[in-house]
Amino acid sequence: MKDAERIIKVRKLYKKFGSFTANKDLNFDVYKGEIFGFLGANGAGKTTAMKILCGLSKPTSGEVKIANYDIYTQTNEIKKNIGYMSQKFSLYEDLTIKENIRLFGGIYGLSKSEIEKRGKELIKHLELEGAKDKLIKDIPLGWKQKLAFSIAVLHEPDIVFLDEPTGGVDPITRRQFWKLIYEAAGKGVTIFVTTHYMDEAEYCNRLSIMVDGEIVALDDPLSLIKQYKSSNMDEVFLKLVRKI
Amino acid sequence: MKIIRYLIQKEFLQILRNKTMLPLIFVLPVVQLVVLVFAANLEMKNIKLAILDEDASISSLKLVSKFNASPFFSVSQSTYSIELAEDQLKNNEADVVLHIPSGFEKEIRRDKQTKIQILINAINGTTAGICNSYITSVLKEYNDYLNIQLVNPELSRNKGLDIVSRFWFNPDLNYKIYMLPGILVILVTLIGMFLGGLNLVREVEIGTIEQINVTPIKKYQFIIGKLLPFWMIALFELGFGLLIGKIIFSIPILGNLLYVLAYGAIYLMVVLGIGLFLSTLAKTQQQLMFLVYFFMLIFILMGGIFTPAENMPQWAQNVNYLNPIAYFVKTIRMILLKGSGLQDLIFEFVALSVYAVLILSLASWNYKKTN
Amino acid sequence: MKAFLGFIKKEFIHIFRDFKTMIILFGIPVTQIMIFGYAVTNEISNVKVIILDNAKDEISRDIIHKIEASRYFMIADYIQDPNDIEAYFKKGDVKEAIIFEKDLEKKLRKEGTASIQLILDAIDANTATLIESYTSSIIRTSVNEKYSNPQLIRIQPEFRMLYNENMEGTYMFVPGTMALILILISAMMTSISITKEKELGTMEILLVSPLRPTQIIIGKVIPYFFLSFINAVIILALSYFVFDVPIYGNFFLLMALSMLFIMMALSLGIMISTLSSSQQSAMMISIFVLMLPTMLLSGFIFPIDNMPTLLQLLSNVVPAKWYISIVKKIMLVGVDFQFVIKETLILFGMCILFIGVSIKRFKIRLD
Repeated sequence: MKDAERIIKVRKLYKKFGSFTANKDLNFDVYKGEIFGFLGANGAGKTTAMKILCGLSKPTSGEVKIANYDIYTQTNEIKKNIGYMSQKFSLYEDLTIKENIRLFGGIYGLSKSEIEKRGKELIKHLELEGAKDKLIKDIPLGWKQKLAFSIAVLHEPDIVFLDEPTGGVDPITRRQFWKLIYEAAGKGVTIFVTTHYMDEAEYCNRLSIMVDGEIVALDDPLSLIKQYKSSNMDEVFLKLVRKI
Repeated sequence: MKIIRYLIQKEFLQILRNKTMLPLIFVLPVVQLVVLVFAANLEMKNIKLAILDEDASISSLKLVSKFNASPFFSVSQSTYSIELAEDQLKNNEADVVLHIPSGFEKEIRRDKQTKIQILINAINGTTAGICNSYITSVLKEYNDYLNIQLVNPELSRNKGLDIVSRFWFNPDLNYKIYMLPGILVILVTLIGMFLGGLNLVREVEIGTIEQINVTPIKKYQFIIGKLLPFWMIALFELGFGLLIGKIIFSIPILGNLLYVLAYGAIYLMVVLGIGLFLSTLAKTQQQLMFLVYFFMLIFILMGGIFTPAENMPQWAQNVNYLNPIAYFVKTIRMILLKGSGLQDLIFEFVALSVYAVLILSLASWNYKKTN
Repeated sequence: MKAFLGFIKKEFIHIFRDFKTMIILFGIPVTQIMIFGYAVTNEISNVKVIILDNAKDEISRDIIHKIEASRYFMIADYIQDPNDIEAYFKKGDVKEAIIFEKDLEKKLRKEGTASIQLILDAIDANTATLIESYTSSIIRTSVNEKYSNPQLIRIQPEFRMLYNENMEGTYMFVPGTMALILILISAMMTSISITKEKELGTMEILLVSPLRPTQIIIGKVIPYFFLSFINAVIILALSYFVFDVPIYGNFFLLMALSMLFIMMALSLGIMISTLSSSQQSAMMISIFVLMLPTMLLSGFIFPIDNMPTLLQLLSNVVPAKWYISIVKKIMLVGVDFQFVIKETLILFGMCILFIGVSIKRFKIRLD
């Protein structure tokens, strides 16, 4: 792919906490409109890497560019151009759906009329018209996840980071959730997603697999399955983890 | 600026929606203010006096009747031995025992002088001191009476030395007008320091802070968005509390009310700054609460609200240079009750302003948005 | 039973592993009792007084000298003009002005009467009253010494200050501080640690385990009981060794009743936790509901006997009142158990009440 479309560039990224190395020599690129999967067991260093990419934490060394902005000096520019949805559910439980939309729209500097317009579209799209004045804590988890994602892309960011977005959700909702992801990708939004559901991994355009802080494999799901002579991603993953 | 408005709107929605917090913020302080103001009284009215009268003469009866007539004593018990009298002290049935030995009357007539014994429960040294002085003045009255009766009726015209006391600013010696501002300061401080700080740590503990951290919100915007609502609520309660004081307790407002609010506004910035600073030190709500509790208790008990700060040892008074309550409680009382003006309170003004700037910068600096 | 012991162990580990919390739990009571023991007192000392001496004779000089020598007062300034007094008061440091009239001594000798004026800054009525009575008594004794008439009858009162001969402020404040610290720390700790489990959802995991609900609660409380007890011992040791507050009564009785008080405070904490849904509200209830009433309605600072009847009644539901009474009686008066039976029964009753309400609320939640 062409360099112009590259939206995340990571070279020789290291992150150390004292003597412990959480990320070791990470190198990868992510391109516009791509769904990039970030796999790894718990503690493999996924969340650490993701936090660096979002500007929440600084790398120990290495080069990182997000939408051509430098992670060391231009975090604020980066923050304007990304969306984020975390493992822990991160909308305000004691605000209503509409109030959450207004708050996050406002934080990202959307005008009142824009918030109004996009909020309406969002609610209609998720079929939440009857629930828009309900508190977040009173709606089912599946709805919350879809809503959190839609709010994360409300300000039309270049990239959206999803940290285990479908944890604890039933398979049907997970499918609906991925439908939303595909729609967003279709509009040119780059998706960076961590997960440990292997069936979900197969939805991604490309995957990287992390073991003990290092990326041990990076390719599209089919090639990985072929390369490791497996029938599905689950097997690929197990082989990679055990081998080391 | 627009972003801050959205944040403040969010905080108010959350506060107003919280069914347990609302009464705690708005109802409980008012109730405590109205009720507890009555508690802060050192004036002794019903000192329980037990009489051990071994003389049982006309003179001793007259002495007892003098105590009976005094508004400060209620003669509760008669008792028949010193042991029984001490039991009454132990059981709190008596505060004071008046022991008139036998031969009282005889000695008065024969020797012109006699002794009586007074036992005071002195665990509370201060009230014991007050008791002592009340008893002395009743005895003096009785003594004068004896002299007029038995020695020289002319004495009634010579009053001897007359001590005239004038109680300025509060001739009725109303303790409530002094306590109301004090308790009000405690309540608004609790709300500011506690809720402000707690609110921040709570977002960290629940995890919503992460969502905020990835947005382009600037540090100062977030802090202002968090603190300003509580600043407004606390300032509102300060005003509301004063209104209650005016209506229910008719506290005098001799000085300029606007000064009170202005000092209050600066003071609350200090309070919120301390809350914010402590919240940056605490990892969990539990830790924060103990920290706040620790400082609150020290600020309250040393700040001169219930017991005069001037009576503390010098080192403790030096500690008070760091105690915002000490500054503000002095200020609010002097403005309201004495009509002091800015020129009288310039030191407090400068101190609070410097404090506010320092603590808020320290807290914001410590509050790291990225780890 | 084994599961239960394992659970208690887990609770202990939780608490002791958290170094910061440990420092807080032990550091707070020690620091507070040290500070309050030394600093907080309503005794009068070093009150700033200004003098307007129009007499400048032997009497006035003598009185001024006595005032200066007293530990209660210090003379801040001598003034010439009574109009200056207000300015001094408005600055806030000076609390009293003493005015001697002209020819004081002469008048007293010739006319048998003369006057001295005391002007007090009375915004703090309590303190003003104290200052006034201390000043008057210094003046009276000073004048009486010089001008007593042997012809007159004199009744000499002998005052005995029982239980606190030197009228030490610490005797009054140490028991109150003990009660305040023990009840707040114990109630806050339990209520928060239980609501925290509720908030994090770990409570449900415990509830589906074979442990019975009462075991869960007891397991949560035992470590805090232990901690509070150590705190009580530390506080007592400090007040005995550092502040010289005597323990005339039975030490073991005092410890036993302190344990009862701690039990009561912990049950109160449990009850608060069943009444609140979040840590935040548990804290707010613990602090807002407990702190001020415990300070003001327990006899800690202000004697309950002086309060309006309504507040005296209200003070009966403040647990600290009864504990303070126990501590004062056992430590300072040195009484036997029979003199504190009433207080003991009341604390015990409160304990039962709080546990009862908690169990009831807990069951409702489970249904």
